[in-house]
Amino acid sequence: MSNLIVLPMAVPVLAGIILVFFRNQVQIQRWISLIVMLANAGLAIYLLNLIQAEGVMRLDFGGWEPPFGILFVADSFSVILVLTTSVVAAVCLLYAFSSIGKRYENMFFYSFVNFLVAGVNGSFLTGDLFNLYVCFEIMLLASYVLIALGGKKAQLRESIKYVLVNVISSWFFLIAIAYLYGSIGTLNMAHISERIAETGQAPLLTVISIVFLTVFGLKAGLLLYFWLPGSYSVAPTAVAALFGGLLTKVGIYAMIRVFTLFFYHEPSISHSLIGVMAALTLIGGSIGAVAYKDIRLIVSYNVVIAVGFILVGLAVATPAALEGSIYYLMHDMIVKTLLFLLAGTMIAVTGKTKINEMSGLIRNYPLLGWMFFIVMLSLAGIPPFSGFIGKVLVGQGTVEAGSYVLLTLAFISSIFVLYSLLRIFLGCFWGETIISIEDKVPMKRGWLFPSILLTFATIGLGLGAEFLAPYVSDAANTLLDPEVYIDAVLYE
Amino acid sequence: MEFLVIILSGVLFATAIYNLLQKQLLRIIIGTVLLSHGAHLMILTMGKLKRGQPPVLTEGVTQYTDPLPQALILTSIVISFGITSLILVLAYRTTQENKTDNMEQLRGNSNE
Repeated sequence: MSNLIVLPMAVPVLAGIILVFFRNQVQIQRWISLIVMLANAGLAIYLLNLIQAEGVMRLDFGGWEPPFGILFVADSFSVILVLTTSVVAAVCLLYAFSSIGKRYENMFFYSFVNFLVAGVNGSFLTGDLFNLYVCFEIMLLASYVLIALGGKKAQLRESIKYVLVNVISSWFFLIAIAYLYGSIGTLNMAHISERIAETGQAPLLTVISIVFLTVFGLKAGLLLYFWLPGSYSVAPTAVAALFGGLLTKVGIYAMIRVFTLFFYHEPSISHSLIGVMAALTLIGGSIGAVAYKDIRLIVSYNVVIAVGFILVGLAVATPAALEGSIYYLMHDMIVKTLLFLLAGTMIAVTGKTKINEMSGLIRNYPLLGWMFFIVMLSLAGIPPFSGFIGKVLVGQGTVEAGSYVLLTLAFISSIFVLYSLLRIFLGCFWGETIISIEDKVPMKRGWLFPSILLTFATIGLGLGAEFLAPYVSDAANTLLDPEVYIDAVLYE
Repeated sequence: MEFLVIILSGVLFATAIYNLLQKQLLRIIIGTVLLSHGAHLMILTMGKLKRGQPPVLTEGVTQYTDPLPQALILTSIVISFGITSLILVLAYRTTQENKTDNMEQLRGNSNE
């Protein structure tokens, strides 16, 4: 019982509301939002250590006992994700300071970033299914505004599609909740899990699990990723980086939570369906990543590949594979943000978006080029960087479970990731330089500094895997043993 | 009674999906609104219909209908209001800027 758990959601909400009143004081807006994110990160680290010592924590709102009230539950998995979210959001804010422009900043940009982060953190921490829906909506409404803010032609065109797809998936989420409430009679996650375990997972419940899979598949871009490349490539860089780092990951989190806590009784149906969907996502994402010449589209398809890869870990659901998924989820949030930031910076300095329109950037912007190189290695899973440990563990898990097809696809997709990014690296950074010294757009320090921070984060995450191991294995253990979660929520 | 309402919400869903697949933007928005009605009706039905008095605490009444689905619907109606008004404004701006409300013509083109 600790009131601290509510802060990762409550503080950004309050900050967002306060910032509405400081519309024209841009400096105040910047500092308050940055401080909120840093405070959240610090709090998450503190909570993570507290959970190690005392086990899963919960907070009952209004003092109502668990099955009857809404509650927040903090286990290692959620808090790790809250920590990563805060880091990613802080870095995106730093990038936004120097890139987003006054026009956006005066239109409540920072308020909406705060609301987005509040929705994301709330989704990670909540212990109630309908509350999860509400937190999803908070996050999505903020993202609708952020994607449409600016009102350019292409932006409006893509944002209407993004909004429509998400609205439809939200109503299906509601239907899924209605079905589950009709057959189980409760909305508390731990209580649902317990009741399903008592009665056994009837075929009806398996069908409901498939409805949930569809909903979260739409949100996370698992197989149903058709909306993703278009909408992620029109937003301004800082917003696209925030989306690439956070939004699909919330869908992945919800899917992992739902399929390890509620619907783990019929893995031959639900988990093999996840496996098939993940395999198709890997294939589709790989094809997309090598098919396009537009940098933003290539980067967006890399998001799709990572979603497939993380859910391979859920599909086989062995301890090693889930640990690998959690490592990879953290790594992917950080590195995808970095990738979007670097791609956005490249477009900002050249004014072009296609690979074949730029070349020789390494001569003018060496630091940018080598950071892109590091990201590429990290995403491909080369040892000293952060992608390696996740890939190894997921690979180990798939071998243990004997699903060699998934193993093959997951590792071949790494080659496609490497190839697609190498194409950008070779095409844009090497070769004859197209920018003469007098036309060179000066690189702002505010563009480079956030990327440098994240580059260090990916190296640190790779080298410090040992240091993170106890937290990650605790998270995986809680996921694999729903009793721990249920006991912490219902019987303490 | 539940049976009838489930058929009704099925009809709402069918109409909604037919409308969602149209080309005109306003038709699609009507589709999302119908979809939300279907979903809300479904939540109400899933909490079992009409088993007692309205859930207001009064003397001498022992049977109440389930208050939880009603609270869920109330929350979700407000959210759907917010989203629908956002979509309507967004659709208005989109048609103004792109000079068409036909989804076929709102595809991205590679020359931008």
